[in-house]
Amino acid sequence: MDIASGLLHGFAVALQPSNVFWCFVGCLLGTIVGILPGLGPAATIALLLPLTFKMDPSGGIIMLAGIYYGAKYGGSTTSILLNIPGESSSVVTCLDGYQMARKGRAGAALGIAAIASFVAGTVGVIGLTLVAPPVAAFALSFSSPEYFALMCLGLALVVLLSGTSLLKGLLSLLLGLWLTSIGTDLFTAQSRFIFGQATLLGGIDFMVVAIGVFAIGEVMSSIEAGEESKVLPVPRGIRNLLPNAEELKACRFAFLNGSITGFLVGCLPGGGATISSFIAYGIEKAVSKHPEQFGKGAPEGVAAPEGANNADTGGALVPLLTLGIPSGGSTAIMLSALVLWGVKPGPLMMQESPDVFWGLVASMYIGNVVLLILNLPLVPLFAQILRLPVYVLFPIIFGISIVGAYGASGRIFDLGLLVGFGLLGYAMSKLKYPTAPLILGFVLGDAMERALRQSLMMSQGDLLSLVERPISAIMLSLALVILLIPLLGWFNRLRVRAITENG
Amino acid sequence: MLGAFLKKGDVISGAVLAALGGFIITQARAWDYYTLDGPGPGFFPFWYGVAMVALSLLLVLNAARTGSDGEAKAGVDWPATGRAMTTWLAFALSVGLMDFLGFLISFALLAFFIVAVIFRRPFMTATVVAVVCALAFHLIFPVALSVSLPTGPFGF
Repeated sequence: MDIASGLLHGFAVALQPSNVFWCFVGCLLGTIVGILPGLGPAATIALLLPLTFKMDPSGGIIMLAGIYYGAKYGGSTTSILLNIPGESSSVVTCLDGYQMARKGRAGAALGIAAIASFVAGTVGVIGLTLVAPPVAAFALSFSSPEYFALMCLGLALVVLLSGTSLLKGLLSLLLGLWLTSIGTDLFTAQSRFIFGQATLLGGIDFMVVAIGVFAIGEVMSSIEAGEESKVLPVPRGIRNLLPNAEELKACRFAFLNGSITGFLVGCLPGGGATISSFIAYGIEKAVSKHPEQFGKGAPEGVAAPEGANNADTGGALVPLLTLGIPSGGSTAIMLSALVLWGVKPGPLMMQESPDVFWGLVASMYIGNVVLLILNLPLVPLFAQILRLPVYVLFPIIFGISIVGAYGASGRIFDLGLLVGFGLLGYAMSKLKYPTAPLILGFVLGDAMERALRQSLMMSQGDLLSLVERPISAIMLSLALVILLIPLLGWFNRLRVRAITENG
Repeated sequence: MLGAFLKKGDVISGAVLAALGGFIITQARAWDYYTLDGPGPGFFPFWYGVAMVALSLLLVLNAARTGSDGEAKAGVDWPATGRAMTTWLAFALSVGLMDFLGFLISFALLAFFIVAVIFRRPFMTATVVAVVCALAFHLIFPVALSVSLPTGPFGF
């Protein structure tokens, strides 16, 4: 199936009434989640995953993806109106968005954010449509050594970009690898790390880890922070939300910059929307004729990062769908969802599950339009969500967490684990350990061990076989370089600055 | 001096992770490292255990060398941390009670505690939030969506 016929097939799937409905539900939930500080898309996707088990895989992934990119649209609302980013990827939007709002241009800032998100989000999906098939075709030549090397490369990138301390990122990753080893070894049926508990023979459910570390951990951190702010008034009516001609003219390059930067950075495992928004903002400021305006309410300072964090979605789905390598926490949960439905992301996904692959791609074109419609006229309404008291919101999150963890297995034992992982998530956040490497280590650990053991079986234990194959040698060398370059002082200062400026 | 040093998060977490790495290595050595068919169940855990010990010791040494970390410098906000930990303990207790009281009552108690004690809202507000949230969850999940939840002596 070529790209054009694949996309047509995708639209036939995505335009089925039920799938349009799930796309709308996902976008709406994502927008709400994006607006609510303290509840991220990864936590929401983890919380809602058990409810999608009985759904058709196409509808399920369309809804989860809607939450993923919808949250990025919604994240700008709190950045602009409250100076509090709904998501980490919207941190940069605070710099100029909030200043615009203070100058009485809240409507224009929200409008620019929505337009940039739509333009760049669409460019990102076009990129995904065009790039995914050749990447998948290339990956067909991969065998176990290449997959092992690819996972090493992906994990190295995630560790590099997810936190200020490389050591803590690596330790978080190793913790994830250990957690995924708990249970029965599939090669030899040897039980590992089960502490005498027969219930652990099947391993730890991914849902329990994801909900505990993300949702419970986030709620505990939010309770600790105890932030309360007053929302700035939002002008009513679509006309008041549209930026003027001068502002739109100033943002022309920013739309393009955000789209391209976001997509390219998104393709890298570990790149993520936060990093891409920072880079796009940096480029915009560097090429601007009036860089002194940045941080004081420059419209381009809203358009570039908002565009980048939305174009990132299309990029992030390239490695997930074509190689089975997630680039962050949210995509790791989406990978687990696909596996639970019996869909195997990777180079053969386009042939084996065209409904899911092309249906998802096509639904993102529709989702971007849905989000534009939702975000332009309904922003004043969505802003009211910010008035939901946190003392009502947090018990609800605890309730959904319990339902999600218990619903997956029906065991009280898993709720005990949820309590433990909640504490782990909170402790990691307090001690500045990034959680994304843990989740990715947990998701990829099994496949990574399998690929390594298969490679060594193929070569009768010769470790050199991993570097004798050219593609695997290149990827392993890159992974090594990635882990070693922070030793260069100037690079590490740049890396840490990029991450800390993005919270 | 030693007390202040030990209080540092990096040192404590590094020591805990080093101990975990040691445990992983010990366990992995009890399993086959290499078999006739290839690497055994102890192969992969042994190596990530070794990496965990090495990296956590490096973290401890780094923390000792560079002095106090940001958290220690800024000081820990104990009342705020206490609020988060109290919430966690209440959550743990409500999960412990779920086997005996069921989801509805345990969750209502948790919600009441969060609203009344953590957020210091009036008794009536806490009661209303707890009852409405618990009933809404019961009606949405077990009743409408047939999602099973822990049940107590009253059947809910």
